[in-house]
Amino acid sequence: MSQVLHTPPPPTATAPAVVDDDLAALAARHGLSVSGARPSLREYVRQLWARRHFIAAFSTAKLTAQYSQAKLGQVWQVMNPLLNAAVYFFIFGVLLGTKKGVPDYIPFLVTGVFIWTFTQSSIMAGTRAISGNLGLVRALHFPRAALPISFCLQQLQQLLFSMGALVVILLVFGVPVSASWLLAVPALVLQFTFNAGISMIMARLGAKTPDIAQLMPFVLRTWMYISGVMWSIDHLLSKHNDLPSWVAPTLQANPAAVYIDLMRFALIDTFHSSQLPHHVWLIATGWALLAGVGGFIYFWKAEETYGRG
Amino acid sequence: MAENTENPKNPKNPKNPENSENSENIYVGDKIPTVVVDGVDIVYRVNGTGPGRGSATAALNRMLRRKKAEKAAGVRTVHAVKNVSFVAYRGEAIGLIGTNGSGKSTLLKAVAGLLPVENGRIHTDGQPSLLGVNAALMNDLTGERNVYLGGLAMGMSREQVKERYEEIVDFSGINEKGDFITLPMRTYSSGMAARLRFSIAAAKDHDVLLIDEALATGDRSFQKRSEARIRELRKHAGTVFLVSHSNKSIRDTCDRVLWLERGELRMDGPTEEVLEAYEAFTGGPDKAKAKPQPQPQPQPQAAVPS
Repeated sequence: MSQVLHTPPPPTATAPAVVDDDLAALAARHGLSVSGARPSLREYVRQLWARRHFIAAFSTAKLTAQYSQAKLGQVWQVMNPLLNAAVYFFIFGVLLGTKKGVPDYIPFLVTGVFIWTFTQSSIMAGTRAISGNLGLVRALHFPRAALPISFCLQQLQQLLFSMGALVVILLVFGVPVSASWLLAVPALVLQFTFNAGISMIMARLGAKTPDIAQLMPFVLRTWMYISGVMWSIDHLLSKHNDLPSWVAPTLQANPAAVYIDLMRFALIDTFHSSQLPHHVWLIATGWALLAGVGGFIYFWKAEETYGRG
Repeated sequence: MAENTENPKNPKNPKNPENSENSENIYVGDKIPTVVVDGVDIVYRVNGTGPGRGSATAALNRMLRRKKAEKAAGVRTVHAVKNVSFVAYRGEAIGLIGTNGSGKSTLLKAVAGLLPVENGRIHTDGQPSLLGVNAALMNDLTGERNVYLGGLAMGMSREQVKERYEEIVDFSGINEKGDFITLPMRTYSSGMAARLRFSIAAAKDHDVLLIDEALATGDRSFQKRSEARIRELRKHAGTVFLVSHSNKSIRDTCDRVLWLERGELRMDGPTEEVLEAYEAFTGGPDKAKAKPQPQPQPQPQAAVPS
């Protein structure tokens, strides 16, 4: 055992081949598992569930750390989305006049901005979830899906702060409290599942090609402008009857638009179900399942490669 | 070294190296392997190292000609670990030594399953864990929250962290000079932060424990405490790997040493024997004399062009 290995003479040159067989057999005999191998999907889900407290603690920690150096501290959690909404109101409501014909425009706009921001920042954070946390990935062992999910959870918590502000805005603008507000909960659950799924897809892509993170802001901004965040899709479609036939269903089936309009429908009394596409809950659930399950499996398929390089 | 030989689980007697000559066969019978490293190669690929890497045209050129000339396009491979094989058994404390950049940390990360291997296999009993939670901690959070975050990141449950919380804080000695644990970690001195990090990392018992030069943190009294803690961890852990440049801490902790040089396993044996050869290799004047083997690569697959 104490010999110097890799000495030039022939005896040791043949050694590795013999040793290889021995070692693999030895490992098998003692039931050792291969280090760094990808677990089965079932086992992966179990591991992820076992780490649920870490996922929650990590997202809350990230959220708190975000504003801990600011003098106003956690007040920024609410201030940030409000200022954002104010800017959009100034540009689209006042300067461009998209509010024409949309009742309760400010609640309409603010809901749109908040719900859209949730999806947008989840996807942005997801893109950097692995590539931006290589230190963590290379130091500790945990199912990597914990990272994108954790970042989405952070955004969800951020959104709940915004929703608090939104309730105040709704009340100020005279939107009555109603039982339909409860529909916000299933809508958020579906949207969260959708966001987490897309984040996992983007996390895998971003881990392989970090350049994608540079590209995403442009993709997301384009997506925002076609999602009816600051204008009403329903309004546009009823005004222009000469559009090609594929435009209406495409605009309406856009998942971001679906989740935004569901929330508007839940919260704002003047936003009627007639403004929603047909089978809207079915579409929302479909998108959530497709992205959530598909994204999870897609992410898991490359589990063992994260952290390479 | 003497105290480490008393481990009852370890029938090997390091004072008697000659009986370990064909030890592989003996071990198979009475010892339980915890880590089997089987002909492992580890290769890093680094993007953008070609000439003119900074300019946009070079990057574009790289993308367009990727398949044709990966090498010319500036993707370089670094062969960090070359065909390394060894077996670690339950109850052993194994030191990894070698000059800077010889692949020690890389090998350790691969054993932990954090770096994929190019060739070969690494088999382990349970999940080996690196001692270290630095990456999971956040400077903007209080020490208290970091204890929880770090514990959870290592896979402990909330209850386990709660149970150990007092122990971790006391061990770190953070509160000796006032109530520092409720302050953000960015306000700590570097020594205090290092102590807290070690205390969190050392709070968990591991099957196979991998330590990467973690001993040299904090002041003298803390170093003593952390060495004692490592010995304690060793008792609970199946196997301990220690990467260190301090020959003293290797001597104090390990009974077997692997010497890596340029990614190759150069020597594997009892601590004293390997350290003597290593000291002769690194120690100034006898350098030339103590370098009996040149560095040709005996295995053909080790000579991957870079």
